[in-house]
Amino acid sequence: MNESMDFLLWTRGTAFDVSVAIFIVGMLIRLFEIVSLGRGRDLAAPRGTEFLPGIRTILSRTLPYGGTFKRQPLTVIAGYLFHIGLLVSLLLFIPHIELFRETFGFGWPGLPNPIVDAAAVLGITGLLAALWNRLTNPVMKMLSDSEDYLVWILTFLPLLTGYLAYHRMINPYPLAMGLHILSIELLLVLFPFTKLMHTFTLFLARWYNGAMSGRRGVES
Amino acid sequence: MVDTKTKTLGEILRHSGVSRRGFLKFCTATASMMALPPGMVPAIAAALDKARRPSVIWLSFQECTGCTESLTRSHSPSLENLIFDHISLDYHHTLQVASGDAAEAAREEAMHANAGSYLVVVDGSIPLGNPGYSTTAGFSNLQILEETAAGAAAVIAVGTCAAFGGLPKADPNPTGAVSVRDIVTDKPVINVSGCPPIPVVITGVLAHYLTFGTLPELDQYGRPKAFYGTSIHDRCYRRPFYDKGLFASTFDDEGARSGWCLYKLGCKGPMTYNACATAKWNEGTSWPVESGHGCLGCSQPDFWDAGGFYNALSIPVGELSRTVSYATAAGLGLGAVAAGINHRSKVEANRRHGEVTVDDLEKTS
Repeated sequence: MNESMDFLLWTRGTAFDVSVAIFIVGMLIRLFEIVSLGRGRDLAAPRGTEFLPGIRTILSRTLPYGGTFKRQPLTVIAGYLFHIGLLVSLLLFIPHIELFRETFGFGWPGLPNPIVDAAAVLGITGLLAALWNRLTNPVMKMLSDSEDYLVWILTFLPLLTGYLAYHRMINPYPLAMGLHILSIELLLVLFPFTKLMHTFTLFLARWYNGAMSGRRGVES
Repeated sequence: MVDTKTKTLGEILRHSGVSRRGFLKFCTATASMMALPPGMVPAIAAALDKARRPSVIWLSFQECTGCTESLTRSHSPSLENLIFDHISLDYHHTLQVASGDAAEAAREEAMHANAGSYLVVVDGSIPLGNPGYSTTAGFSNLQILEETAAGAAAVIAVGTCAAFGGLPKADPNPTGAVSVRDIVTDKPVINVSGCPPIPVVITGVLAHYLTFGTLPELDQYGRPKAFYGTSIHDRCYRRPFYDKGLFASTFDDEGARSGWCLYKLGCKGPMTYNACATAKWNEGTSWPVESGHGCLGCSQPDFWDAGGFYNALSIPVGELSRTVSYATAAGLGLGAVAAGINHRSKVEANRRHGEVTVDDLEKTS
């Protein structure tokens, strides 16, 4: 009879510990694997440096190519919209910052709730637009496999349930908050084993592209 | 002295010096508190006026008497108090004069005389681990509850212990404590949760029962919706500060002095359903958030296990830093093993990597 409170306590207790543990262990193993595989020694004489081009590429690839924007404006717009909305909601909502502060011992200033709320709406809109693009654009549709849709759901659910919980649209609230936390636990558990790993590996990939191009003396 | 056994509630109240005007004011307040239309006020007044004193048997199990304190201690006699005082409280450990066999005889007499119509109020949780953990007159709490509830019209579980198990049920629940609803399944059970509950809630439930002869509409936790229908957070006068993102970070900072939201200081208002923000405490003087302390969530099931009272609601219950440290250590260890395996296979690949000349290829083809 106390289902929703029991559910909330489970998601805030055991389930959270287990999913965080799976996330950290899985992520570290994968990163170690990637880094330890390394690359074969390049015996050619270098024509430039690696460090600065590597760093520059990590930053420069954050901006879209003009060409991509012309061909696929929706991919670029929806992509930015949902990434910004997601990151603002995740990192600048005060209850979330309190969680980071408790875990790591430090926090940072947050944004007023209505601004985070607007960011969450942008994030949800962006994700819906991205899904629509994936389903209607023939090229995108052909390129998409089941993992792409799984990852979309894993990303969409925390935003949606967070929005519903914040606006108290599911009653009782312990159920709403439990569902929100559960959706994040789902994300954490599957994160290391899906393309969600790009959150961390993008830095490795960009660095490698930049550094290799720099070494060869070409633009990246 | 009024013969309270035969007099109606109206007669008793008049005898106590309560004016008609005062009585109607109470009826109006009760109607609005229970979210009934104003047209119901005369009906409530008429029904309460004629109501006979209901027999109430109060059972105390694993409890701290805080609920009784809350319900009986008002600073000045109020109408709520008079209603409460004038129910026929036939059995109550703390309040009754009789003791020993006489006390138990009073309970049995009330049960026989009012079979099928008396109310049972339960205060405290019931231990199932060992019947000896809590007994009265040699009987276990479970026996007494089953026996007394059998002939009751309804059971009112007062306080979080009776409603949900409360503190005795807190992890690891050494006595195997359960709530009234876990035992009584064939009678209406109303949960009036809170640690302690607000006095007006129990008089409201009694007034509803006296007026309509039925029990009020209940929420999914078996609590009267009129009082537990909205969360503390939704009715909190500090809510605008939450919405603006203005939070007190310590109990003595500028934010605390300015009356900002107490979320960061552990307020459990968003998950807690109770009437504190509107009914308030101590004759409407104040309530926890108004006095500068966050809500503990005391009217919710398992609130003792819902994380530190001073941790924000978003912080998980367990030791997250410890989990993160252990998981990181395990991840680094396993990662190193993975790296070692990769290294070995690379060395092995290099070892097998022989020079191949054009002549070799021609030989094998």
